[in-house]
Amino acid sequence: MAGAEIEITKDLTIPKLFLRQCKRYGKNKVAMREKEFGIWRPYTWQDYYENVKYLCLGMVSLGLKRGDKVAMIGDNRPEGLWAEMAALCAGAVAVWLFQDSMIDEVKYIVDHSDAKFFVGETQEEVDKALAIKDECPHLEWVIWDDPKGMRNYHQDFLMSIRDVQQRGRELEKKEPDLFEKMINEGHGDDICLLFYTSGTTALPKGALLSHWNMLTMGRNLMAVDPCYDTDDFVSYLPFAWIGEQMMSISCGLQVGYTLNFPEEPETAQENIREIGPHVMFAPPRLYEGMTRRVQVKYIDSTWIKRKFFEFSTSIGYKVANLKFEKKPVPWYLKFLNWIAYITVQKKLKDHLGMSRLRHAYTGGAAMGPDHFRFFHALGVNLKQIYGQTEIAGISIVHRDGDVKFDTVGTPIPQTEVRITDEGEIISRSPSVFQGYYKNEEATKKTLVDGWLYSGDRGFIDEDGHLVVFDRSKDVMTLSDGRPFSPQYLETRLKFSPYIQEAWVIGDKKEYVTAVMCIDYAVVGKWADDNKINYTSYMELSQDPRVYDLVQKQIEEANRDLPDVAKIRKFVNLYKAFDADDDELTRTSKLRRAFVAERYKDIVDALYSDVDVVHMDTTITYEDGRQQRIKTDLRVQKVNV
Amino acid sequence: MVQLPDVKEGETLLKLENIHMYFGKVAALAGVSLEIKKGEIHSIIGPNGAGKTVMMNCINGLYRPQKGNIYYKGQKINHLKPYQRAQLGISRTFQKIELFGGMSVLDNIRLGRHIHLKSGIISGSIYVGKTKREELDSRKFIEEEIIDLLEIESIRDKTVHMLPYGLQKRVELGRALALNPELLLLDEPLAGLNLEEVEDMARFILDINEEKRWRVTCVLVEHDMGVVMDISHRVFVLNFGNPVTDGPPEEVQKNPDVINAYLGTEDLYATRR
Repeated sequence: MAGAEIEITKDLTIPKLFLRQCKRYGKNKVAMREKEFGIWRPYTWQDYYENVKYLCLGMVSLGLKRGDKVAMIGDNRPEGLWAEMAALCAGAVAVWLFQDSMIDEVKYIVDHSDAKFFVGETQEEVDKALAIKDECPHLEWVIWDDPKGMRNYHQDFLMSIRDVQQRGRELEKKEPDLFEKMINEGHGDDICLLFYTSGTTALPKGALLSHWNMLTMGRNLMAVDPCYDTDDFVSYLPFAWIGEQMMSISCGLQVGYTLNFPEEPETAQENIREIGPHVMFAPPRLYEGMTRRVQVKYIDSTWIKRKFFEFSTSIGYKVANLKFEKKPVPWYLKFLNWIAYITVQKKLKDHLGMSRLRHAYTGGAAMGPDHFRFFHALGVNLKQIYGQTEIAGISIVHRDGDVKFDTVGTPIPQTEVRITDEGEIISRSPSVFQGYYKNEEATKKTLVDGWLYSGDRGFIDEDGHLVVFDRSKDVMTLSDGRPFSPQYLETRLKFSPYIQEAWVIGDKKEYVTAVMCIDYAVVGKWADDNKINYTSYMELSQDPRVYDLVQKQIEEANRDLPDVAKIRKFVNLYKAFDADDDELTRTSKLRRAFVAERYKDIVDALYSDVDVVHMDTTITYEDGRQQRIKTDLRVQKVNV
Repeated sequence: MVQLPDVKEGETLLKLENIHMYFGKVAALAGVSLEIKKGEIHSIIGPNGAGKTVMMNCINGLYRPQKGNIYYKGQKINHLKPYQRAQLGISRTFQKIELFGGMSVLDNIRLGRHIHLKSGIISGSIYVGKTKREELDSRKFIEEEIIDLLEIESIRDKTVHMLPYGLQKRVELGRALALNPELLLLDEPLAGLNLEEVEDMARFILDINEEKRWRVTCVLVEHDMGVVMDISHRVFVLNFGNPVTDGPPEEVQKNPDVINAYLGTEDLYATRR
């Protein structure tokens, strides 16, 4: 069944839909699987229903009321989804936190959202909750689900999910109709999610999304690319990312496909391969990672395998280019492509878990055209999604057969997209959010007459596709006065497997420069092969031969660019950009203003005549410890 | 195999009585006596060459002391071979990793389970009845108790010699646990690990010792004083084959002989914080 067949009315809520689907599929269909202890364990819709019901009633018996906030943190796992659905069934609002959030971030969100419940996974999350409990006056209960390490925790506000569910069972005996009664009280305009945006500039803002927002968004996406209840989807990206909510909750419930949860975050790639999902939605960095893996394997493999790969990709690129240009593919290319498929593409796709993939989406950040072409040359139907958390995740998507790698596609049904006179992208649809929580001022700026102001600059091309240029505030002015998108150049640089992150500088400066972060694993392997000794990232990044390697990658990216846009000088940073140091957002977007401030010395050196920058900074480890770093970084010139 | 009586929490599990061990004329252990109570983490510390590993080797039977007796659950085990001691529930890890490098992580751990597999060759060749049951039980035990505890899901099928050192140490602990031991000898489990790995390993040792499922008594030889003083119930100090003292960590740290012999004048415990 395709998702579009469900009628979405203002009366429908996510829990009502959940109830309907559970009754419809019952014990006959698997709702989700989790790999645990090395085995995929299925949960039917009936199991899903019962777990959510008892958890919901249990939380109600602990004092959860309509409109209360429930903060959640943890890896992707059935219990996480149950907790969210249980909160929604009780009429509460779900607030997700990124799994790797530091204590300050957790505290800010839990406090700002007035969360009454905190649902964590393991001892680690419980520790975070305990650390902030005193400073968050609204927080009453902390719930956990993995008993490992919890033997010495006896605080009276702590409870395991199992115990909560037990309370739920008891409550059900007293009030058997309560659960369905609570669900029926819901209305489509009620708030279901309080979603904190990553915020490249300021503190996170909490976007309020209603059931109607989420459900219409899912319906409109499914109208473009229908999914079926026989499909599989792997849920491994943070629930705190709107894209995951979109696929797991909104589309997942409407279509009824099976959600699969990996064993551990580290095994996700392997588990994706075992499942072979039909749909995939991931931010560019995941696809970049896959490209990098293929490139590294290529470098490592034998001569004959490399030749086959080269043959296959050259054919693949030709076919993909013809398709991009909407020209017919001649018979001999079709034949060669078939050979390429048999010999290379099929196996490669299997390794990447893409064998059964119908639609692969990317969104959340810019993806370089090189990566895009790479996947199409493999025969993967990769499409761009554009949208914000504030519009429930998506407003624009590529259509099958109408993919242009420099655009993000055309609007989904019921969605209008326009460009203001200043060049800002604005959109309007039933999925536009209800405003920011406790932030009238930001709401007024973003939401004007029902139009959502995105803060992105772009234009609509001759085919009606939207082209996103960059964040308005990030657009640089080159020395000849032309506007230029640093993101574009950065994604080009990142196509090299040796480059993990890049930061392009040059707004209103004489020339363009870059700060580069090498990929430790790939460059490390390269160094081993070239007999270069190193003990740490810092040492490796500063090796002159590594500098030369990076310079080659930059020269490659510089090709075909106008002279003023070419990178003239660069520095290898002594560490990779990290969200724990606030250099990236939790969704891995570069926080330009912050890094510009933090690495001011480097920027100054790149625009003066010095060859060496002295650095003296502090870095933060994941557990909050800090270390001071003193080092010298070399500035290298690029041949233009 | 000998059946030994159950020992209750707090009672003596292992007793060394006046152990002497000579290599030629060098006295590696000169009259060492020690009692290890069930449920404890009992650390053995001392400078390099103090005889800590020799003590471990005497306990698990790799060495036969020339003089003195070893009692396990009240029974003298001097004459037992290492594999027989393993059957009694004494398991160990090594200072230098002693894994099978060419085998997978899972195979290495399975090997530790070997002594619990008792089905015969015929049943094994057709995989019915007892073999099947044993295999299923053993798989459940390894997956649910060991791999989950040590968080090594992502490497279970990797070849051991391809893994970084810190993970190999973890696998070795996994193999020792596969025996389902009652007494675990840990020979420098933290040596060569980075800060994060040390914290993980210390947590695993505590889990194994405290978790209801395990309750394993541990003998820990370790140089990392911070961890030793943090997690041990008792600390035994050895200096060139001679016992110096034995007691709770707070007492041992104050003992002037210990400070002279080993800890030095500086308070090492404090520097780690």
